[in-house]
Amino acid sequence: MREIHLSKVTEEVARACLRACHRLGEGMKEALAHARSQEESPLGQWVLEQLLDNAQLAEAGPLPLCQDTGMVVVFAQIGQDVHFTGGNWEEAVAEGVRKAYVEGNLRKSVVSHPLWRENSGDNTPPVIHTRIVPGDEVKLWIMPKGFGSENKSRLFMLNPTEGVEGVKRAVVQTVSEAGGSPCPPTVVGIGVGGTMEQACILAKWALARPVGQKAPDPKVAQLEQEILEELNKLGIGPAGFGGRVTSFAVHMETYPTHIAGLPVAVNLLCHAARHEQVVL
Amino acid sequence: MREVTTPLGPEVESWQAGDRILLSGVIYTARDAAHQRMAQEGMPLPWQGQAVYYAGPSPAPPGRPIGSVGPTTSGRMDAFAPLLMAQGLRAMIGKGERADSVVEAMRKYGCVYLAAIGGAGALLGECVKEAEIAAYPDLGPEAVWRLVVEKMPLVVAIDCQGGNLYQSEPPKYRKGGGC
Ligand code: SF4
Repeated sequence: MREIHLSKVTEEVARACLRACHRLGEGMKEALAHARSQEESPLGQWVLEQLLDNAQLAEAGPLPLCQDTGMVVVFAQIGQDVHFTGGNWEEAVAEGVRKAYVEGNLRKSVVSHPLWRENSGDNTPPVIHTRIVPGDEVKLWIMPKGFGSENKSRLFMLNPTEGVEGVKRAVVQTVSEAGGSPCPPTVVGIGVGGTMEQACILAKWALARPVGQKAPDPKVAQLEQEILEELNKLGIGPAGFGGRVTSFAVHMETYPTHIAGLPVAVNLLCHAARHEQVVL
Repeated sequence: MREVTTPLGPEVESWQAGDRILLSGVIYTARDAAHQRMAQEGMPLPWQGQAVYYAGPSPAPPGRPIGSVGPTTSGRMDAFAPLLMAQGLRAMIGKGERADSVVEAMRKYGCVYLAAIGGAGALLGECVKEAEIAAYPDLGPEAVWRLVVEKMPLVVAIDCQGGNLYQSEPPKYRKGGGC
């Protein structure tokens, strides 16, 4: 049994939120530079150059990458041999978010009720997905998620016989209809299988990967590549001003599902791809 | 590249989709909640010759007038945009497509739609030299801010003559196939 004081969790969450909002997630700077070398459209090139400048400014200075510093999504894998002391797990995570957003001049974008819409004032609560795993480590993925791209995300409950082609169609449709609103180039998270909510969680989880890291299953990795090629034929381009690079990467996660169903969730992530990993 | 300073006049009617603009002068932010309130309670400021920026900044760090301030999705303000244009608004700044009703109103009133680069919040924040709340302080990040900007990089996304970057450009780069 390993004891971890929850103040440590609070501290690490706060630090990760701040870092995430100022520094592009792993793989993203390389993806931007690569896109710049591939893009043919002059406006697209101009956009990508400004995004590279923006990343540099945010990393070096006091302003975050994007004013929408998001609603914080936390994926946690907690070793079953860990014993938390000094409070309440979810409250400790929320306290970390509160600290980062209040003290770190990040925008408070969360309302306390979806219908009555009063701003919670400190960007809490976060959305927390906790799993218990073997071992005595705690791993956290901290992802402040902007809503320009979240709003364009979709869920499809396909018929099983629609198969691979159905998945491709769903993703292409989502990205095509989103146009310039999700701040392309995007990273596309796809969750296939499970139940309705499991597909959505998988789609989000897919976005926690370093940008451009392939799925471990070579058949899934191949499908990711094929979908990416389809997306980059759409012509939407950086900021939706036309161009070759509409998406940087496609990440797919799968889960067993029911004989009668093929759930497909598509979660879009803007170029302000923010994710930090912490191991305790 | 066109360098322009607000307030704006009928010259905006000759700007064309794809023209790059470096904008200086006073602009006002307003997003969802502020638009809703303007529609209900009337205008908090005269829009004649002005530019509205669909944006909600992050808080100002010490020693800065404002935090990051990139554009939000303009489409959510489509229902309200003609109200501001009827008051003399000359430019809207945001990101993403607009509804046909907005494009029609733009032609009628002589207003252009400029796109700022979504997500370039730090870079756009650096263009802001002064900032103060002009209306609705209780709305927090959704308050109306009066910003003095210098050389804000923009591109004409939809002009008054029917030009629309979001429609004309992607087909040039679209490749057959798809599925
Ligand atoms: S979609 Fe992403 S980059 Fe665009 S404004 Fe929202 S958070 Fe920022």
